[in-house]
Amino acid sequence: MNPNLTNPRADEVDAILKRIPFAQTLGMRCDVLGDEMTAILPFQEKLIGNVTIRALHGGAIASFLELTAMLQVFLVSDMPRPPKPMNITIDYLRQGHAKDLYARAYVMKMGRRMASVRAEAWQENRADPVSAIVAHFMVAHD
Amino acid sequence: MNDNRNDPDRIAAVMREHVGLMNSAVPWGNEVGFEVTKIEPGHVWGRQPWAENLVGDPDTGVIHGGVITTFLDNLSGMACTAAMTKLRFVATIDLRIDYMRPAEKGLDIIGEAECYRVTKSVCFTRAWAYHGTREKLIATSAGTFAINKPRFGSQSPQGKTEV
Repeated sequence: MNPNLTNPRADEVDAILKRIPFAQTLGMRCDVLGDEMTAILPFQEKLIGNVTIRALHGGAIASFLELTAMLQVFLVSDMPRPPKPMNITIDYLRQGHAKDLYARAYVMKMGRRMASVRAEAWQENRADPVSAIVAHFMVAHD
Repeated sequence: MNDNRNDPDRIAAVMREHVGLMNSAVPWGNEVGFEVTKIEPGHVWGRQPWAENLVGDPDTGVIHGGVITTFLDNLSGMACTAAMTKLRFVATIDLRIDYMRPAEKGLDIIGEAECYRVTKSVCFTRAWAYHGTREKLIATSAGTFAINKPRFGSQSPQGKTEV
């Protein structure tokens, strides 16, 4: 493997994900390439919010995006532990269909005390996001 | 149409009658395990019990924020339905959650949502998650919801919408 493509934090992201019971309940996983991470939420019946139209629950999508944002902050920082969220704003843009969901997060600002992060989730087409969040995390080392 | 000026009361009564159905028809709601405990016009309360599989921080046993988001989103949407004069369901447009303090391990979280304004197509909500009383806030939220048009089958032949 090309060592330049390998982020030593990548294995830690995987370990954190496995240790968080709620991430396991969701059933998400992450692919990390360097400082780029794609989160994957494989479809499961339990993620449905509306059985009539078979749409994913907004809360499940928001949970997935919040975890993705948190892990991205961890990935690009030198924090010993994942950061704690301060707030999150979710835009529900399109219906989440009964299929796999993907997400990527961007750290817009890494401050000394706070990080501002944006994350988007999509299905077929990355240009047509299902939902987007803006979240703030505490990144102070104390 | 001057029938049923107290319609939010009637809608709230219909919702109370079918609360079991409304809970069980939401798989992700079942997975996180919250229940709706009280429905008044424009105002809905619920309870989210602590559970191991909801933990977001394995070192402290604190429930993940996503659980609270799910809980407040759902309660807020129901508060919208309970605030309207006709039975209408809503879809979340956006929701902002502020985390005040971590939820304590092992304790129930109480949720309370209020729909304080209904327009022709949009509802505005605020909601609270706390332990015991609102003095001990875990999170607050502000949301906007789009009112869904009635689905086929709910129109009478005259084009008048029925509940």
